[in-house]
Amino acid sequence: MTGMDRRRRRLLLVVVALVVLFAAFILTHPRGFSVYVVTIWANQGVLLALAAIAQFFVVIVRGIDLSIGSIIALTNVAASYLVFGTPGEIAFGIVVVLALGVLCGFLNGLVVVFGRVEPIVATLATGAIYGGIALLWRPIPGGEIDDTLGDLLTYDVNGVPTSLIVLVVVLVAISIPLRRTRIGLSMLAVGSSEQSAFLTGIQVRVAKLVAYSLAGLFGALTALYIAFVTLTGDPAIGPAYTLNSIAAVVLGGVPLTGGVGAPLLAVLGALILKTISSLMFFTGIPPLAQSFFEGLVLAVAIGIGAIDALRSRSKLKVYE
Amino acid sequence: MPKRLPVDPSVLLILAGCVIIVAVGGIFIGNFFTSAYLLQQLQIASFLGILAAGAMLVILLGHIDLSFPWTLTGSAIIVTTIGGATSSWLQDLAIPLGLAFGLLIGLINGVVVAKLRIPSMVWTLAVNSMLLGIAIYYQGEHRPQGQAPELVKTLAVGSTFGVPNAFLTWVAVSAAVLWLIRGTRFGRLLFAIGNNEKAVFLAGARPERTIILAFALAGLLAGFVGILLAGYANQAYQGMGNPYLMPTIAAVVIGGTSILGGRGNYAGTFAGALFVTLLLSALSVIQISEATRQIIFGVLILAMLILDGLRRRDA
Amino acid sequence: MPVVELTAVSKAYGGVPALADVDFRFESGRIHAVLGENGAGKSTLMKLLAGVVRPTAGTMAIDGRPVSFSSPRQAKAERIVCMFQELSLVPDLTATENIVLAPSDGRFGFVRRRSRGRAAEMLARVGGERIRLDLPIRHLSLADKQLVEIAKALYCQPQLLILDEATSALTADQVERVFAVLRELRADGVGILFISHRLHEVDTIADTVSVFRNGRHVDTFPAGTRSRDEVVALMVGQRLTEFYPAREGPPPDKDAPPILAVDHLAWEPEIRDVTLSLRPGEILGVAGLDGQGQQHVLQALFGLFKGVRGSMKVDGRELPQSPHLAKRPWPGLALVPEDRKTEGLILPMSIEDNLGLAALDRQGSFLGGTSQEEARAREALNAFDLVYRSMEQPVGSLSGGNQQKVAIAKWLAIAPRVLLLMDPTRGIDVRTKAQIYRVLRRLAAGGMAIILQSTDHEEMVHLCDRVCVFYRGSVNATLEGDSLTSERLVAACLNLVEGATA
Repeated sequence: MTGMDRRRRRLLLVVVALVVLFAAFILTHPRGFSVYVVTIWANQGVLLALAAIAQFFVVIVRGIDLSIGSIIALTNVAASYLVFGTPGEIAFGIVVVLALGVLCGFLNGLVVVFGRVEPIVATLATGAIYGGIALLWRPIPGGEIDDTLGDLLTYDVNGVPTSLIVLVVVLVAISIPLRRTRIGLSMLAVGSSEQSAFLTGIQVRVAKLVAYSLAGLFGALTALYIAFVTLTGDPAIGPAYTLNSIAAVVLGGVPLTGGVGAPLLAVLGALILKTISSLMFFTGIPPLAQSFFEGLVLAVAIGIGAIDALRSRSKLKVYE
Repeated sequence: MPKRLPVDPSVLLILAGCVIIVAVGGIFIGNFFTSAYLLQQLQIASFLGILAAGAMLVILLGHIDLSFPWTLTGSAIIVTTIGGATSSWLQDLAIPLGLAFGLLIGLINGVVVAKLRIPSMVWTLAVNSMLLGIAIYYQGEHRPQGQAPELVKTLAVGSTFGVPNAFLTWVAVSAAVLWLIRGTRFGRLLFAIGNNEKAVFLAGARPERTIILAFALAGLLAGFVGILLAGYANQAYQGMGNPYLMPTIAAVVIGGTSILGGRGNYAGTFAGALFVTLLLSALSVIQISEATRQIIFGVLILAMLILDGLRRRDA
Repeated sequence: MPVVELTAVSKAYGGVPALADVDFRFESGRIHAVLGENGAGKSTLMKLLAGVVRPTAGTMAIDGRPVSFSSPRQAKAERIVCMFQELSLVPDLTATENIVLAPSDGRFGFVRRRSRGRAAEMLARVGGERIRLDLPIRHLSLADKQLVEIAKALYCQPQLLILDEATSALTADQVERVFAVLRELRADGVGILFISHRLHEVDTIADTVSVFRNGRHVDTFPAGTRSRDEVVALMVGQRLTEFYPAREGPPPDKDAPPILAVDHLAWEPEIRDVTLSLRPGEILGVAGLDGQGQQHVLQALFGLFKGVRGSMKVDGRELPQSPHLAKRPWPGLALVPEDRKTEGLILPMSIEDNLGLAALDRQGSFLGGTSQEEARAREALNAFDLVYRSMEQPVGSLSGGNQQKVAIAKWLAIAPRVLLLMDPTRGIDVRTKAQIYRVLRRLAAGGMAIILQSTDHEEMVHLCDRVCVFYRGSVNATLEGDSLTSERLVAACLNLVEGATA
């Protein structure tokens, strides 16, 4: 029925938009279609895609994470101190960085669940804290990242960008459990109706804590990938990721009201967003005006979702 | 109903916080107790306070306006550019045009949110981004110049019988907002919509009109603050609104207004603006790094919110 | 074998007692009905058993073993499962997903394919085989949601099943099917606690009946040992002299011109072709099985839909298509929506604010409401005998019946000419029902035209001057006078047409 059709249409629209934009990007790129160009594109896209997945988990439990950029900045700084040396040290470093991300997310969850502070203000405040710590820890960009591993993860395998392969693996690894496991369904249930979830006997608090922790985990994953691409730690990368992760989720058509959506949509939204900014770079739009177009894209994306609401036959529909 | 009580308990909590900051500051930092310092705080708090008043109207609806940092920057640019013009009739237009700009942005936000049912957080974030792009593009080519009209300077930095004019302006705006919230149908609808918009629509009221008006007023007040800040600094500069984003929302929310809408009181917002200003000022006086300041600000805001939440749960 | 025993249990909300010193004993293998008015403490009793709230005093024991629940999860661990009146379904998940999530076994892992199959079986068992399993719950009708809710409870294999107004939106047929399942469960030794306001349903299914009044357990007796009048008397504490009040004054003038005329109204697929008219002082019932378009006609009249075809006229002039225009002095429409909690009222706000809601924005004025409107709203509340502590009290703290009174009274403040009511007595106790009936009668006698949509056939037969029966988006019969009987009404709802007019 209408609900399902609308979702399928949205997916189709998003895929078509991405394909068209990607084609335009390749056509305008001075070097055209090559493994190099696609790999650079993929690396940039995957960074945002991972951040979008982080945001996605919080959004489906009807939350929002305005601290995700700061978590990324903090874990990125941590990576610049920890992810180099012997393979053992590197492995340990990666685990610590991921654990730090989970901890940040978990703390967000604690404030939201037990502190009962609304997510938007809770994460605004924790974001200030995480960002502050990142800035204290490494006031200016620097540090060192193992470049062998960095190269391995940011080049290509037989012409297929490694980062894309990683992204697909990650996507499969989270998409299936989300609708097939009790914890996945519990998160969706909590986002859809907390009251119903409680009455059903779902562990509402656990589901939320898991969602926020997963956001932290994927924030750390984003930070690691950023480290592998840039080979440094930078405390100032946060704000852009916060804004763009939300934009990506919205662009993909995941409603901020929670309970619905698939990680794939958030990822597609992220790739579209990145493709647009790459496209702008090569089509000669003045870089100073870039923010204007980023805002415009976000506005148009959210506007597309609104058209359905306007078309509905019942005036009550918009209040649901 | 909290909104009917003359003073919400959370207001007392915040005022206590203000007293503690001033007391602690007075003990450790010499000039904290001087009337000059405290009057200066009132002046600075006014800019934040007027922004918070506008933000509160929107938050009561269950919406949020994140576009005010660059709305106020836009107004400031307009006022200083036109205010510095050579012909005097153009100069006279500076303030009305600056206000009109804020109102226009607010109206656009309101119409889009109310009619197209777009989530206000995302929409206003996009608007903020677009305004930023336009402002930077414009000033990238035209170096900021010009100056604020005299009237604006008087309002922003002058004082009457020793009381900063900015503070008097804030009090006047507060009186108007208080009347709007408590004494008008518009105010009642703000709370009603924030709690249950569908029921408001089914009762035959028009939620859209209220939403548009609230956003328009928020935009107007943001434009007004942009003009005042232009007068305060006698110039407009990029990103002049950015430092206000988090403090403004913090002031409203600490003041006891639910970010989900439908619950809040203006006295709390007023006190919240004072508290946030004093806190930020105290932190900057003790000359710690920006990073540490950020952390302390975050921790304190969180603590206040959690405390307030605990109190509410017990009630 | 005793299963559950409550001893000296009390529960108070913010100092106001909801249950006072209740001893209640409940055995497995029986269907035990709990009766009482709204505010009698039935819902609180259920919530205690289901772990939604904790008792302020007293003990609860299962097979002599003391238990204490702090959440529905813990109650489920004892296999006590509640089917809530305010549905506990997750709107964005499918029926299958909702059902398989129900057992609280603490596991987080993958849901087995077998579980999904069992969920579908369970749904079919209660008569929901035609419900689409891949559709999010929010797209289902209220009746279908109730069926899923029942299937979900069954899926947990309860030892004790609690049904709180579980069948309120179901048709007689559907109820019968559910009752058959309940009887099977009883045979399997499951204890069933059954709350309903429909006395005839209780007569049909219960083995034991307990009556609650004002938070106290008044009496328990084997079903069928008391007459209906005696039961009602136990519930209200005194005999209701006139449950369905007689008409005041003469019947509406049949030759009077209609105030409202609907001609070939269509809003496909819900409304196909509807023609009806309404005279001043008339109470017109609209009946039908669930989802035959009868509710949509009321919503269409109030301007809630776009793209409506046909004509809707008041005083011969076409109706404006918007609620804020519809409530103006002309045409003077008012709609009491179906769901008082989310549509009719703003629960966190005060009684006073809610009463002023319809008057608000009426003249488009910026300032407060007029004193005339306030006076009318208070007058309406007095007519309803609303029990309240203060006008500042949040409406959400009132019982369901009292909430409904506020939802209706807020419209009376603007003195509408045509009052549209959507199932106003669903889930409401007898005393409040009687009060609402009295007020409706009085309003009609004063010349107001009323359309009453209801699922309660008895109330329609006794209260309405005429009843239009809907079937598949059209009126398939209009019953009045001698032809307006429960039997004919049921037959018409099932489209077993005799003497149909359309």
